[in-house]
Amino acid sequence: MNVSTNVPLGGHAEPLAQRLAELRGPAPQRSLNARSLAALAANPGCRRRAVLDAAGVDKSVLAARLGRPAPFGQSPFAIARGLVFESRLKADGYAALLEPLRAHLGVPADDRAPLLVPDLLHRSGPAVRADRTAEALARAAADPDAWTLLDHPMLRLAVAGSTAYLEPDALVVHGGRCTVVEIKSFPVLDGGADPAKVGAAARQAAVYVLALQHAAAAAAGLPLADDPYTEQRLPGSPRTSVLLVCPKDFGNRPTAVAVDVRRELATTRRQLSRMTGIGRLLAALPPGTDFDLATDEDGAPARSTEQLTAAVEAVPAAYSPDCLSTCELGFHCRARARCDDRVEQLGRGVRGELGSIRTVAEALAAASGAGTPDTAALDADDTDGAHEAAERLAYAAALRAEALGTGHPGADRLGTERNPAGA
Amino acid sequence: MMSEQPPGAAADAAVARILAATVHPSAGAPRGVVVDSPPGAGKSTLVVRAARELVAAGERLMIVAQTNGQVDDLVGRLAEKAPELTIGRLHAADSRPGPEVLRHANVTPSDKVADLVEQDVVISTSAKWQWVRAEAPWRHAIVDEAYQMRSDALLAVARLFERALFVGDPGQLDPFTVVGTEQWAGLSYDPSSSAVVTMLAHNPQIEPHRLPVSWRLPASAAPLISRAFYPYTPFRSGTGPEDRRLTPAVRPDGSALDAVIDRAAEHGWALLELPARHTVRTDPQAVAAVAATVRRLLERGLTARSEQGEAPLTADRIAVGTAHRDQAAAVRAALLKVGVPVDGTTGPAVTVDTANRLQGREYDVTVVLHPLSGRPDATAFHLETGRLCVLASRHRHACIVVARAGIAELLDEHPSTEPVQLGVPVAFPDGWEANHQVLEHLSGHRVHLR
Amino acid sequence: MSLLTTLARLEAVRSGRAEPLATVRHRHLSERPMVLVPLTAAGESGAPLAVMLGTDRDAPRLHLVPQPLNRTLRFDFLAALAADLLPYLESFGEDVEQIEGSEKDPETGEKTQVFRELCTDAPQLIVPNAAGVHHLALIGRSTRFRRTAEDAEPGPHPAPLRVPLLGRWLTHLTDRAQVPGSSLLLPMTGLLARHWATGQSHLEDQHLAARLAWHFPPPGLTGAQAAELAESERDEHGQLVHPPAGPATDPAFDAGVLAPAIARYDAAVNALQHSTEQGDEAAAEHARAAVRSAVEHLERALRAVLLPTWRDVWQGLDLLRTLPPAGHLEERWTGDRWSYTGHRDRLAAGEPPQPRQDDAVTAARKLAQREREQARLDVQEALDDPLAMAEHRLSGEAFSGVVTEVVLEYDTTGRSPKPRPLVTLRTADRPHADLGREAHRVHGPSAQKARIVAVDPAEGTVTLRVLSGMGRKKEPEPGSLPEPGEPVTFTLFELTVRQSAPLPEPDDTPWTHGGPPGTAPVAGPSATGPSATVAASEDWE
Repeated sequence: MNVSTNVPLGGHAEPLAQRLAELRGPAPQRSLNARSLAALAANPGCRRRAVLDAAGVDKSVLAARLGRPAPFGQSPFAIARGLVFESRLKADGYAALLEPLRAHLGVPADDRAPLLVPDLLHRSGPAVRADRTAEALARAAADPDAWTLLDHPMLRLAVAGSTAYLEPDALVVHGGRCTVVEIKSFPVLDGGADPAKVGAAARQAAVYVLALQHAAAAAAGLPLADDPYTEQRLPGSPRTSVLLVCPKDFGNRPTAVAVDVRRELATTRRQLSRMTGIGRLLAALPPGTDFDLATDEDGAPARSTEQLTAAVEAVPAAYSPDCLSTCELGFHCRARARCDDRVEQLGRGVRGELGSIRTVAEALAAASGAGTPDTAALDADDTDGAHEAAERLAYAAALRAEALGTGHPGADRLGTERNPAGA
Repeated sequence: MMSEQPPGAAADAAVARILAATVHPSAGAPRGVVVDSPPGAGKSTLVVRAARELVAAGERLMIVAQTNGQVDDLVGRLAEKAPELTIGRLHAADSRPGPEVLRHANVTPSDKVADLVEQDVVISTSAKWQWVRAEAPWRHAIVDEAYQMRSDALLAVARLFERALFVGDPGQLDPFTVVGTEQWAGLSYDPSSSAVVTMLAHNPQIEPHRLPVSWRLPASAAPLISRAFYPYTPFRSGTGPEDRRLTPAVRPDGSALDAVIDRAAEHGWALLELPARHTVRTDPQAVAAVAATVRRLLERGLTARSEQGEAPLTADRIAVGTAHRDQAAAVRAALLKVGVPVDGTTGPAVTVDTANRLQGREYDVTVVLHPLSGRPDATAFHLETGRLCVLASRHRHACIVVARAGIAELLDEHPSTEPVQLGVPVAFPDGWEANHQVLEHLSGHRVHLR
Repeated sequence: MSLLTTLARLEAVRSGRAEPLATVRHRHLSERPMVLVPLTAAGESGAPLAVMLGTDRDAPRLHLVPQPLNRTLRFDFLAALAADLLPYLESFGEDVEQIEGSEKDPETGEKTQVFRELCTDAPQLIVPNAAGVHHLALIGRSTRFRRTAEDAEPGPHPAPLRVPLLGRWLTHLTDRAQVPGSSLLLPMTGLLARHWATGQSHLEDQHLAARLAWHFPPPGLTGAQAAELAESERDEHGQLVHPPAGPATDPAFDAGVLAPAIARYDAAVNALQHSTEQGDEAAAEHARAAVRSAVEHLERALRAVLLPTWRDVWQGLDLLRTLPPAGHLEERWTGDRWSYTGHRDRLAAGEPPQPRQDDAVTAARKLAQREREQARLDVQEALDDPLAMAEHRLSGEAFSGVVTEVVLEYDTTGRSPKPRPLVTLRTADRPHADLGREAHRVHGPSAQKARIVAVDPAEGTVTLRVLSGMGRKKEPEPGSLPEPGEPVTFTLFELTVRQSAPLPEPDDTPWTHGGPPGTAPVAGPSATGPSATVAASEDWE
């Protein structure tokens, strides 16, 4: 339920933005929106994803070109239901939306101050819309008694050298401050909702809150507070609790729930500040690397699959099985992790057990009592630690062999064979 | 805070308010009094005073603590500081209290509450209290370490008292369970949540009191711990920068270990950093570094001077904290190997334990194996705010953290995609932010071990 | 994940096949399980689309909602599901045994003998995955408060008679499924995960077909390759060759198959309505045929998308039956039978449906039960399966070895001397054996407690003083002590599960937890209202 556009800063693009544009080639930029900015937190250790996202490369298209398309898609039924819910909400002068909002903002039921819904010039370009939103917000904040609803406002946020335009579902302005409203079509059932979905919504809403905080601080001529938990109470600044509006139980009636996004706000701030460090990653790319997904007039791709594969390989990934559900390249990276025999293919947690052992072959060699194959390659200090992991693996393998009654070189030293049925 | 009261006066005022609310509640006052106590803020002293004053006012009371260790500590303290009280130590049939508790003349042990009803104060664990059938409930209870008590435990014992004083540290480890509890998330009485959280949700008129001064943490530690772990309820140190001194008798030998000890003695914090490497939990080098540090602490004959006087830093004034039990076991073995005593039954010994078991304890110097040291990944367990808070707030003088390099990068790459349960108040601070703050502070006191 | 599980997964990566995680089967399997594969309509929580079910793998029955947004059709579906499932669930309620027990008279304290009925068997539902369990819970929640024509105030949309009853059963089964070790309702992916490791992550193991691919990779393929095919292979129409086990359907199926089929149904129904209104009997007849044909078309599409998973679940059952049952299965299944009998009795007694949310006492009781059952399950699995015991040995909570020496000693502090023999064993295990710690003998002739008195890691010996399980005489009962040369295992955890402490009755809920239910406004976002008002406020359109 949000659309946004990304526009490089007018005319003289900064060198970083320039470099990112080169990486992407002439293909249209995948715009950074609140959802994609929130997704930066999913696997911040992945340089591959960081570079591709920063450059606005369409990872879906890229994954298809690499031969393992992303399995993501949305059912037409789900889309239809989402649209129906949102349009119902806004019918009748936003009555369905307003009732839960009033309850949450603690406004007496008999407060019948008229709801102002300024025109935000939805047909204009993003820059015009953003300016209009800023004006409307300032005007609404100036009158603490008024109730103003900004329907699909447009917000600006500077991200790694370019301006991202963000479009929340709505903002409610009252008492000189504003509240972000996020409309979702998953239900709130008996007061609870799918925690993963609420978490994603909270991270997305936090991006809007951050954009509004920047704007409010800038308007007041102040820097943004250093501490992410500090709520600056400035004219028009956002509350750090957002309102999540969802269908209630099994019906279509809306319910609004306040969600405290201070924690997500802190996360968003640090992920965005990392984006500016992207230059370091770009510098490490081999010269001439790009992810040009464009095709010429005959439909012939500008880059061959081999070239794209090589370009993707040039940026290291941090694969974990979670990527399969959060990143378009998940299947590609899984195949690479399997080819490389990496232990990460089994899950993030596995590495914690294995210390410095990184491949399945190494781990199994250690388990068979053959020791770590690369002992010579390790410096003297490292052998200790690797030895510890290897020893534990060998011990585990001996226990496993004993229990399964299979032969194992280490099984003898345990010296026992018990009757599993016991007495 | 424009004109700040001296810490002693601020703390006294808070204690006076708490005691008044507990001992002489006004008509219609809520049935519970809650006291949030940051590390070392005089929680135990408060419990002793409240018990004395309640008894002096003609009441009998029951005290609920969470572990046998906590109960025995409290019994010992009460017996010593309040010799006029008769104290019943209610224990389970298969766990008699230790001899150090029973040496007090005013303590009576029994596994049957009927034997103890005449005592001024009866103390037991919440697990034992749950089994007590009492005809005439106590009018007053004190619940100690109440934030570590689970809501369901309080549900089982609340029938035993009419009013209660709940004392605890909200910054320490939360109670937990190994089974699924999602269906109760967001309910005010979620049985797996903290007893205090439930009680406050049902008694919104109760305004928690706060103890504003840490008497344990030195001036070097209180600001960091307050900022990192208690962002919305700040506290300060009861002592000034000059009040605590650690002085080694033996001159440094130029080694990294001595450098780290000197740094800790001077600044209250030090980070002994090993080269970056992914390791198993019981990283042998990190464990050896912890053991060597402790041994060197003892060898250098440190003297701890504080507002309470001057004393040599002996083994029993040192603790080693770890995240996991196998790490604690490895450190114990390593200490034995270098000749440092770890068994308290045979004389002064270094305490080596996990964060869970160090809760509520106090030492002069602590050596902490950083929960994230050498890890290839950070999990919710390792990032849990309370874990680091416990480990970093047990000391009166100095805390030495031993860690592999690379924790900053590990934090940086940690996915932040926590699920959010509707209706569950967000706990602050987030483990990530707290870890980051502590690490940033420590990085100013870094000594490399090669 | 423990290192032993990780090791099994690593082995599976190398072998390309699933590797065992158990030597016995740790969950009860009914002789007549009901397999149930549900599908849900996208975009709406708990909205059923179809279900395939049955106790005969060769005769699956299909129920579907031709237009998921239509309340009447949904009721029809639920009524058909109730008519199909309830007889199975109720069929176990007849056959009972009498269990003798005693009850304490609350007034006099006297114990009297009582008999309670216990059903000799209980139903068992198998669904493909954990999401299937959750889906059944949602159906239970959405139907158990429904009012029917038999209610005093049936409301504008009364549900078919047996639908609320179905909801109450599904609620009971899904709630019971939260109890560790219970077997009334089980997800196949969970069953397989307990017994075999694959060479992929837990996340990927949630896909039943991908999981099974590790057990039966086609010739020439590794498990990983076969699993990837199961996840992503598509036919020439872009449809998955092996549709997901649901309950969510593949979006491409929704867009390419389901949406056109539903549109066709809607069109036929509209035509029928139009022709009926017009009184055009010929057109109506034609339209009725078109509706029938549209429904048949939907049936074919849904059957095709459900059958692969249906077969997978049965294949999973075959796999599980290759393992011998664990020793404690009967005992745990008896718990399930009590659970089933209890629900049967509550229905018979005319009790109201389970509330939307547990009250404080019920929640605490359930938590206590789950924790107790988890502890029981851990202990029983360890006793039943050396591979499960190996986990405890690896973590230092148990140790196995061979007895090297038994020295008879006596405790002479009491009136009569008691045997307190010393048993020394040699072990390669490295237990957290602090001196003075209690240990418990595994598979001894009777429960036997001992205390660790000496540990020599260099020699690999542990010496324990045996404290119990030797009879009441001065000399230990013959055979009660292990002999030199005998293999023994001790655990550092207790082998019996402690009782949970008593909790108050809900009517005695204390002030700390809001007092008795219904007496005070409940704090929190999810205030529990009286359930009677629920149905009226919920509509499905």
